Amino acid sequence: MFENADLSLVDWSRAQFALTAIYHWLFVPLTLGLSFIVAIMESIYVKTGNEEWKRITRFWMTLFGINFAIGVATGIILEFEFGTNWSNYSWFVGDIFGAPLAIEGILAFFLESTFVAVMFFGWNKVSKKFHLLSSWLVAVGANLSALWILVANAWMQNPVGMVFNPDTARNEMVNFWDVLFNEVAISKFLHTISSGFLLASMFVLSISAYYLIKRREILLARRSILISGVFGLLSSLLVIYTGDFSAKALAKAQPVKFAAFEALYEGKQNAGLVAAGILKESDKKIGNTAVNDFVFRIQIPGFLSILTKGERDAFVPGIYDLVNGNQSRGIMSVSEKIDRGTKVRNMLEDYKTARKNNDSGKAEILAGMFRDKKFNDENFRYFGYSFFKSPDEAIPDVKVAFYTFHLMVMLGFLFILEFFLAIYFLFRGTLEKQRWFLWVALCSILLPYVAGELGWVLAEMGRQPWIIQDLMPVSAAVSQISSGSVITTFILFAILFTLLLIAEISIMIKQIKIGPKH
Amino acid sequence: MNRLISPFFRIFRFYYDGFRSMSWWGRRVWGIIIIKLFIIIIVLKLFFFPDFLHRKFKTEKQKSEYILEQLTKSK
Repeated sequence: MFENADLSLVDWSRAQFALTAIYHWLFVPLTLGLSFIVAIMESIYVKTGNEEWKRITRFWMTLFGINFAIGVATGIILEFEFGTNWSNYSWFVGDIFGAPLAIEGILAFFLESTFVAVMFFGWNKVSKKFHLLSSWLVAVGANLSALWILVANAWMQNPVGMVFNPDTARNEMVNFWDVLFNEVAISKFLHTISSGFLLASMFVLSISAYYLIKRREILLARRSILISGVFGLLSSLLVIYTGDFSAKALAKAQPVKFAAFEALYEGKQNAGLVAAGILKESDKKIGNTAVNDFVFRIQIPGFLSILTKGERDAFVPGIYDLVNGNQSRGIMSVSEKIDRGTKVRNMLEDYKTARKNNDSGKAEILAGMFRDKKFNDENFRYFGYSFFKSPDEAIPDVKVAFYTFHLMVMLGFLFILEFFLAIYFLFRGTLEKQRWFLWVALCSILLPYVAGELGWVLAEMGRQPWIIQDLMPVSAAVSQISSGSVITTFILFAILFTLLLIAEISIMIKQIKIGPKH
Repeated sequence: MNRLISPFFRIFRFYYDGFRSMSWWGRRVWGIIIIKLFIIIIVLKLFFFPDFLHRKFKTEKQKSEYILEQLTKSK
């Protein structure tokens, strides 16, 4: 693909980024969701004046604090990696990535240094209402902080609101609102934060179930299950709804990824949604890439067409259509995109030569073309394809996309059932007697983490080979450094993050065993 | 003057008392935070994560020329 890129360097750089992001995401979603659960509990305390609610709030706030403190700054490493391992990418994205990350940094700093401090140090020192306000501001602030990171990520999935400046070799933001209200950004933000709410609800439900199994802290457990059950049920429904919204946005912005997570090779009208299935590699190939067939599948007829475009007759393109093109459906082939991308690349080469020869007239004409909307829409948007040697390079790993998506969705439905049962048993007054359910709830504590990580694997591996959709493949984005240095830092991170995780789990378990003290 | 110092002193006392009266888990996580920040910001950033372009080139122009070269290299 990119002659000078060492494949092991690309792989190790990707592996390192994945490792860091996966570990970082172990801490973030609990912060996003538990902050709201704590704020809701404290609101009930302030409203009712019931001291037991204060005790409950302070207990969950302690667990929130442990997770928050251990997770803090783990995301900074991702930014280091951009500068060291992904310098071509970092330069190419210019201020588009920098602006949202800077806003996030400022927001996080003010949030962490002020309102979190009031949350933990302010009991009995500030008024009840100001303390409550601080708790809500921490919750809102943490989620807004996530917004900016997700806006930056969404731009990579669907680059909008910029023009490329050949003089600086950077993309420059021309419309901040296009970047912020990018359809992928909105759906990604809502889907991600609601998954964080769900995860935190399961965390509270599981630990409360533990207390009921141990027959201690009964009132705390019952009240916590009430809050987490209702919040969790609403969150899981929101996750499904925003997941559907997200899929619609993907179908437009990343149709190959969309086709891959349904393993849909041949586009069709009345396309069925695969509820479950097993894939195996067939003898057929697209270029050098093997095609997968279903060993078995359970399909809901017409549902994929309805989910994608709202009608049963809607055509959903498959991988064949998207790679080979489908003229009757107005789908351009990857070969055509490679030609258009190569045209842009040759123009950049001409621009470079003109600049070197001090031919400012020619350089200005070429630079002007990059500012032209028509040129951008028809050619520059396919620039990344110029790095391809063959069209099948546009196909992600279908098996990874298919299994991660389906496992994530199955877990989503399991969570709905669990939250529903928790509320049902609680209102029937039989929760403590349902020992099987309490054990299931306790054992489910890690499942939302699995679902969340699967979601990220799907989002990031499903869009391969791109680091910026259609504009830059990962192989063109890496720095020309030795893979040995990336391997060294990979091992360092693995050790550092594992130690942090062990520290968090051990402090958390100790605190859960102690229970609420206040 | 006292009216100016007073709010700052109150904020200082707020944090000071907060840190002094921290529970066991608070002290432990603060220990972890300090060690973690030292490793991330001092050790990792200084010794393992130099900015590739910043280290290699002095000016913005040189950086952009290098990236343009990277983007137009043969397949």
